Amino acid sequence: MTERIPVTDSPPPLYAPQEPIFPKRVSGTFRRLKWWIMLVTLGIYYLTPWLRWDRGPNLPDQAVLVDLAGRRFYFLWIEIWPHEFYFVAGLLIMAGLGLFLFTSALGRVWCGYTCPQTVWTDLFILVERWIEGDRNARVRLWNAPWSAHKWRLRITKWLVWLMIAVATGGAWVFYFTDAPTLFRDLLTFDAHPVAYITIAILTATTFVFGGFLREQVCIYMCPWPRIQGAMMDEDSLTVAYRDWRGEPRGKKRDHTEGDCIDCMACVNVCPMGIDIRNGQQMECITCALCIDACDDIMDKIGKPRGLIDYLALSDDGPEREGKPPIPIWRHVLRFRTILYTLIWAGIGGGLVFALFIRPEIEMTVSPVRNPTYVVMSDGSVRNAYDVRLRNKHGEPRDFHMSLVSDSILRISLEGTDTRTVTVPADAVRLQRVYILARPNDPAAEIDSTPVRLWVEDVAEGERASVGTVFNGIGE
Amino acid sequence: MSENRVDEETGVETTGHSWDGIEELNNPLPRWWLWSFYATIVWGIAYVIAFPAWPLINGATPGLLGYSTRGEVAEEIARVDAANAGLEADLAAADLAALSPDDPLYRFATSGGAAVFRTNCSQCHGSGAAGAVGYPNLLDDDWLWGGTVEDIRTTVQHGIRNDDDRDARWSEMPAFGDILSEEEIDTLVAYVGGGLGIADPGHELFLNNCAACHGDTGTGDRTMGAPDLTDAIWLYGNSEAALTQTITNARFGVMPPWAERLSEADIAAVALYVHQLGGGE
Repeated sequence: MTERIPVTDSPPPLYAPQEPIFPKRVSGTFRRLKWWIMLVTLGIYYLTPWLRWDRGPNLPDQAVLVDLAGRRFYFLWIEIWPHEFYFVAGLLIMAGLGLFLFTSALGRVWCGYTCPQTVWTDLFILVERWIEGDRNARVRLWNAPWSAHKWRLRITKWLVWLMIAVATGGAWVFYFTDAPTLFRDLLTFDAHPVAYITIAILTATTFVFGGFLREQVCIYMCPWPRIQGAMMDEDSLTVAYRDWRGEPRGKKRDHTEGDCIDCMACVNVCPMGIDIRNGQQMECITCALCIDACDDIMDKIGKPRGLIDYLALSDDGPEREGKPPIPIWRHVLRFRTILYTLIWAGIGGGLVFALFIRPEIEMTVSPVRNPTYVVMSDGSVRNAYDVRLRNKHGEPRDFHMSLVSDSILRISLEGTDTRTVTVPADAVRLQRVYILARPNDPAAEIDSTPVRLWVEDVAEGERASVGTVFNGIGE
Repeated sequence: MSENRVDEETGVETTGHSWDGIEELNNPLPRWWLWSFYATIVWGIAYVIAFPAWPLINGATPGLLGYSTRGEVAEEIARVDAANAGLEADLAAADLAALSPDDPLYRFATSGGAAVFRTNCSQCHGSGAAGAVGYPNLLDDDWLWGGTVEDIRTTVQHGIRNDDDRDARWSEMPAFGDILSEEEIDTLVAYVGGGLGIADPGHELFLNNCAACHGDTGTGDRTMGAPDLTDAIWLYGNSEAALTQTITNARFGVMPPWAERLSEADIAAVALYVHQLGGGE
């Protein structure tokens, strides 16, 4: 809000209309950086589902795929099964810590540069500027009556927005199934209704949030800015105005002492519609476009840059006293940020380590407890075990099962006379395994005997084992 | 109501609420928020009209769309039944003994059979099929009426010693308390409990009274459901008291004919399930 609400005797209004904002085009260091970030982040988002990755004959060849129906997550050469979901949890924790780190060091840098709301709004404003012109033209158009010309520009703009929104919603569903197949199905109307509904919802949110709600999302909907306030301290960098240098402001010919010539360039470029010279405000997403705008003006009037700059709260006092500015790295390299970095890197390292020590053969053994043992007609005692063998390879594998124990026990498999089972590609096989103790064998008589089940990949010779117990008749 | 003051910094009136000196500005709501609020009210009214909402004495207002969660469940069940109809027909007609464990029909049968077993059979045979005294253990390799999958299917279909099914498996051990003297029964108990030795004084008595069904060597006869008396498995126990009780009064279990209640596919499924529990022949 650029204007203060005048205080009168009448009660304050209960609601306020959205103030239209017409951000002016700006160029400079941060604007260039933001163009690059937009190009990279949107490029990653739109193109990733189309990357291919050969995994063998029975597995999908999509580089990044969240296969919800098949309960698999594929990321390049990494394949995550549901029982390994801690990898995803670890990545989410790293994302959280990363936000702590960046917020404590650089303030709302996420909001200003990489938040999807910011990036897509930026893209939508770019389209708006192409079609309707820069700030002054857009203000004129806003105030103009609804003529054919205005309708034409508005509808063109909305159509382009809508196309971007459809592409955005469409790209999302491609992460969840084979992208080329789904794309073909979507065009021939053969795709599942859920795909169309998801695209429709995400198209609507992109269109409305990027085209119309824009800064309202940051100010009224998003909880993150409110949480960020608790993470920032006097050394966190924010975009701020050096009022000790700029004030008193005024036109140059007025011969005021301050460097600020009150040209409103910083206000005109602000996508949040605020005046940064009023100090730090909850609306500011630190996009740094006002820095670019002001630096440009300072260059033109021959004053040093940095009237508006990345500053921390702790810069204010010393700078007013005329001390040299504190270098940026001293704000960034602090105990707190180093600690966040160490924890973040520790979790990341742990995840990578866990990824490399994942066993090639995975077997779980659950003894059947209902009943714990069965007496056979010849008096021998038999235990049953539900063994799950997991084959993560793209081709079927044969596994040979054997038993190691101090007692003379016999192992056999349900449904087959051999001790070898074939597990299909990328699947888990549940196999019932029996262990038999002859009558009068000690294992048949006593409560329990430790045993170890071994499994060996017949082709590659890899082995794995699981310890369990054999239950006898006991007391 | 407390006195509202105007905040000097922003020029906005405060709400008068103060927490530890922190006050709240009385800023107006965004108008779109108000519209969203009205939209939720409209949605709520439409929902109440369209869906079951107001509780009445019996049930609730039905709603214009006629939706009910029970109806949805019934639809889902019907859909699953329809989807399984082909598999069930295949299963009822299949040669169960020839089904490979890798056959999808086999997996369909054993998982479905497990559910049928838990619902209908576990009351007597136990949820783990381990049985109890008087109720056969289905996990071991000892079968009164045969342990092939077709034998098990016939048993499940017609049951044992029930009057409801003419094809029920039938046999009856006489109560020897009415035929033999107590001393003779004691001799037989000693003979059966002692391993059926030929030199045993009970051997002659056994041949005359028991061998017709249990066989000369006591190994039983599956066509009559006569148990093997030489193995380690005793349905009613092999203590002296248990054997005396069995010979004196005769004991035998009854199983209902499941063809009355279960579909052919369900019976095939549960037969295959029981067969693969570890004892199947």
